[in-house]
Amino acid sequence: MLQINELRAAIDDKEILKGLTLEVKPGEIHAIMGPNGSGKSTLANVLTGRDIATVTHGSIIFEGRNLLEMSPEERAREGIFLSFQYPIEIPGVSMVNFMKTAINEQRKHRGLDPLSASEFLRQMREKKELVEIDSALTNRSVNEGFSGGEKKKNEIFQMAMLEPRLAVLDETDSGLDIDALRIVANGVNKIRRPDTSVIVITHYQRLLEYIIPDYVHVLYDGRIVRSAGPELALELEERGYDWIRKEADITEESWTTDQK
Amino acid sequence: MDYRPEVIDRLSSMFATGRDTFLKDSPELFNRYRESAFGDFLHLGIPDRKNEAYKYTNLEKFLNHQYDDYYFPRPEDFREAERFHCEVEDLDVWNMVLLNGFFPNGEKGLVMLPGGIWVGSMRYAVKQFPALVEKHYNRYIEDGNDGLIPLNTALASDGLFIYAPKNTVYTKPIQIVNLLHSDKDIFVQDRNLVVVEEGAQLSLLSCDHAISPQRFLTNTITEVYVGRNARFEIIRVQNQHNNSGKITHTFIHQERDSYASSNNVSLHGGLVRNATWHHLGGENSETHSYGLFLADKEQHIANFVKVDHTAPNCNSTQLFKGVLDDKSSGAFNGRIMVHKDAQKTNAFQSNNNIILSETARMDTKPQLEIYADDVKCSHGATVGQLDENALFYLRSRGIDAREARLMLMFGFAHEVIQNIPIEALRERIDDLVHKRLRGELSRCASCAVQCN
Amino acid sequence: MEKDQDKVLTEVTSGEYKYGFVTDIETEVIPKGLTEDVVRLISAKKEEPEWMLEFRLKAFRHWLTMKMPTWAHLTIPEIDFQEIIYYAAPVQKKGPDSLSDVDPELLKTFDKLGIPLEEQKHLTGVAVDAVMDSISVKTTFRETLAEMGIIFCSFSEAVREHPTLVQKYLASVVPYTDNFFATLNSAVFSDGSFCYIPKGVRCPMELSTYFRINTSNTGQFERTLLIADEESYVSYLEGCTAPMRDENQLHAAVVEIIAERGAEVKYSTVQNWYPGDKNGKGGIYNFVTKRGICKGDDSKISWTQVETGSAVTWKYPSCILRGNNSTGEFYSVAVTNNYQQADTGTKMIHIGKNTKSTIVSKGISAGFGQNSYRGLVKVLGKAEGARNFSQCDSLLLGDKCGAHTFPYIEVDNPTAIVEHEATTSRIGEDQIFYCNQRGISTEDAIGLIVNGYAREVINKLPMEFAVEAQKLLQISLEGSVG
Repeated sequence: MLQINELRAAIDDKEILKGLTLEVKPGEIHAIMGPNGSGKSTLANVLTGRDIATVTHGSIIFEGRNLLEMSPEERAREGIFLSFQYPIEIPGVSMVNFMKTAINEQRKHRGLDPLSASEFLRQMREKKELVEIDSALTNRSVNEGFSGGEKKKNEIFQMAMLEPRLAVLDETDSGLDIDALRIVANGVNKIRRPDTSVIVITHYQRLLEYIIPDYVHVLYDGRIVRSAGPELALELEERGYDWIRKEADITEESWTTDQK
Repeated sequence: MDYRPEVIDRLSSMFATGRDTFLKDSPELFNRYRESAFGDFLHLGIPDRKNEAYKYTNLEKFLNHQYDDYYFPRPEDFREAERFHCEVEDLDVWNMVLLNGFFPNGEKGLVMLPGGIWVGSMRYAVKQFPALVEKHYNRYIEDGNDGLIPLNTALASDGLFIYAPKNTVYTKPIQIVNLLHSDKDIFVQDRNLVVVEEGAQLSLLSCDHAISPQRFLTNTITEVYVGRNARFEIIRVQNQHNNSGKITHTFIHQERDSYASSNNVSLHGGLVRNATWHHLGGENSETHSYGLFLADKEQHIANFVKVDHTAPNCNSTQLFKGVLDDKSSGAFNGRIMVHKDAQKTNAFQSNNNIILSETARMDTKPQLEIYADDVKCSHGATVGQLDENALFYLRSRGIDAREARLMLMFGFAHEVIQNIPIEALRERIDDLVHKRLRGELSRCASCAVQCN
Repeated sequence: MEKDQDKVLTEVTSGEYKYGFVTDIETEVIPKGLTEDVVRLISAKKEEPEWMLEFRLKAFRHWLTMKMPTWAHLTIPEIDFQEIIYYAAPVQKKGPDSLSDVDPELLKTFDKLGIPLEEQKHLTGVAVDAVMDSISVKTTFRETLAEMGIIFCSFSEAVREHPTLVQKYLASVVPYTDNFFATLNSAVFSDGSFCYIPKGVRCPMELSTYFRINTSNTGQFERTLLIADEESYVSYLEGCTAPMRDENQLHAAVVEIIAERGAEVKYSTVQNWYPGDKNGKGGIYNFVTKRGICKGDDSKISWTQVETGSAVTWKYPSCILRGNNSTGEFYSVAVTNNYQQADTGTKMIHIGKNTKSTIVSKGISAGFGQNSYRGLVKVLGKAEGARNFSQCDSLLLGDKCGAHTFPYIEVDNPTAIVEHEATTSRIGEDQIFYCNQRGISTEDAIGLIVNGYAREVINKLPMEFAVEAQKLLQISLEGSVG
């Protein structure tokens, strides 16, 4: 489904991703963990087409197509969904109008007719319940005046509406209390169809207790330095990132010594 | 070269030749002020860049034009107006048409609506309510520097009169359609007076249309008295063609415990300048001034607002937004003035603008002048573009870039429109704005007039 | 508690001016009044070359055609320009080369002002040009600076010794026709500082000019010209005081800054001219034209001002951002107490591409003071990618003062982002109560809060002066509060 190959990306000439390789197959859940500044958010940006980072090398193939040639909206219509770490407030644009436009754009892309008003409202209602989102929120402007937790729930609600093939959850657990975390995680699990893939980007292990990954990767200094099963997340939780840092740095140093 | 002396000459001759007409056909009260007002106009002249309030607005294009002689309607002029029909879907209003600033003659000159509110022509009002009109006419004008204000007093012969006696309430909005229609280029001066007495309530919807392609310039004064515990709302939808200029001066005087709001939505018109004064003359009052404009081609749209807090415990807001495309230009000139004894004032002012093209231009001057200490006053102004982060957020949900931009612009505009208190009207204006943003003609669906 | 606060505010407004003494020294003056002959006489006394006199005369003739501006939010009684002395100089041996040549009275004066002119006594790392009335008394550390090619001297010396530089840059940022006061200054300016930082040089110490008005009835008209050549850096500070007198005195200065490619200039002012007494009697009328041009790409000019003195302040230190990627900054704290009036702010003119400007203005009004911020942010059509952020806050202490904000924003480019924010409020009772509850008296609380409020600007001053400025702020506002 998704192949990231030797990906390098820079922000303002500073290289952030330094040759990242990752393959995600249909239905798999991958967790990407790593300390601050390791490049996690840049990866989310590059996957969804935010032009903050420039790709300097490598490729991303999604469902056989070159993702890097696609605009952000094309990627979304092809089924890539990003749950934003900091969802954007858009005053004056109502949630209803926003969601209706997004859904119908996606349907148009798939050659489907726009949803009827009643069908759209039915879906809204149904998906709202799924993520236990307060009805009043969807009558407001997009994210405007939402609390941190409400914003994150709203992201998952949108994911439920848009039914993506690949969901990228960027630090979705940050700023959530334990109840909200559970609601958000359960939402993701309920929405997910067997072939939906998920990339969970997170700093902590706690979200992974609810969304159980098939693979855990440790991103450090722009590269995946370790990959393993869910047990790696537990290990990271216990031991922190220092040992990874040391391990990774040692590798680096040994390179230098070798060359001398 | 300074165009103004020539224009002043033309207006002087318009005043001289018009004298025969208005001395005969217009009320004594109007005539009483004319000579001295014209003297004031000659003294002040035509405002130019040196006048702070007009620093960014050049009137030349519309003032420096040979308009026809002093306009006074003939009965046949109104036939065209009668054909005009404006209907806002689901909006139940009481509706009246003014043509070139004049009410049609006949019985409808002044009518009482259910509930006891009087609406009609100023000329009739002067006869029917002489003491009332005398008490309020020419009493709330504040700017002593703007020559166009005495020019209106010197030349106007009719306009809208609304009188809401004590505790009267009219639940529907009163809609006034200001039509411009003529086979000649004309300079229109209408003079309006709204008196909302203690405990009374009314909303006024004023729509501007120019239905013949001639060059028009309108110079309007509206004086509004809002009594104790009274409530007044005015919504203006300005939709004249771009060969037409509209200058409004609105003076809202408020007594204690009163509420007033003004909302100017400017869509079309070559030159639009709305000046609104909010005078909070009594404690515990609240006033709101809103404005939205969408400008393209070579339109110039200016908003001038002054909120004068002379009494304690009052709240005010100003929210003005503009979207500028093509070679259009915009100006905002807002002031919060808090006088010495107006303690416990809360005043807020905001002006936000989006520039879409290389050749558009925006000038803004949000000002605070504060002489009391126990106040909370703030203002902000921005000139910029659509928010890139918001744009990406929409695109990441599959909405294409053009549509996302439109949505953001619409959202930007809606923040002003959402303050319109009447839902059906709010939706209608949302729709007009939507169409305007898409570049479609924003005329009303059932309107016979093909105005844009 | 409110009463308590009022009492404290009244005490606050009775702060004493600490620099109000007069130096008794023999002074040479040109009798009051302004004519072409006076202009010629000033030039002759300074033994100026012909071109300098021509410049003055051109300015003087132009000035005769001008009227004093009235647009500012200030009430100023009519000024009789024929009642002013345009030249006054302490008598001393010409060009004091060593300190022993300087009149001991003068040394004492500057000592008393906290500006010792003996290099060894002075704050390390600060070179001072001391100006009394119309002339420069002494410039310290000149030799040290000269070794690096830095020229730092009085304006008169610069005219004599570096005529090419002066001719090239004089009036290049503020033309002699600029405005009433700048034109007057161009005709009669007496002295001031001149500074040139050569290519690639980082000036190792703070350069500073200290202005002192001493003689009564005199106007002070100094002129500062500061040139930072390519890739150079300089931080410059000026301070000013004057004796307490019942009549108003005029100060009309001009400062011009030129920043070439990659250069950075920090210009700080601590303005503490005599503000007049608590009834509004006396005090300096301070009309100053300060402007810098970021001429080259990647250059930067930063203005910081702490304005506590003067009866009337009229000044708008500005930046013309002509070079691409150039930056302009303006940080200001202005205090008006008693009957002081200030109309001050800045202009940021964005001409080059990707130019940035930041404006932070903090106004504090007390007593019957009137404090206005007036600013212009102008983005020209070609200034792609221009950015501005302005924050202008006003704090009101007492119900008889005023705080006003008059920003002008003119944008002619669709890629510009200009943001202006302003708030006006008084010190929150809840803030004071919070301090009270922690055992801090109301007067200390006000002092704390005012200082906190101004900190963002004070922090931009060179460290040595930040402390001074903070003290000054307290003196001018707090009286017994300390």
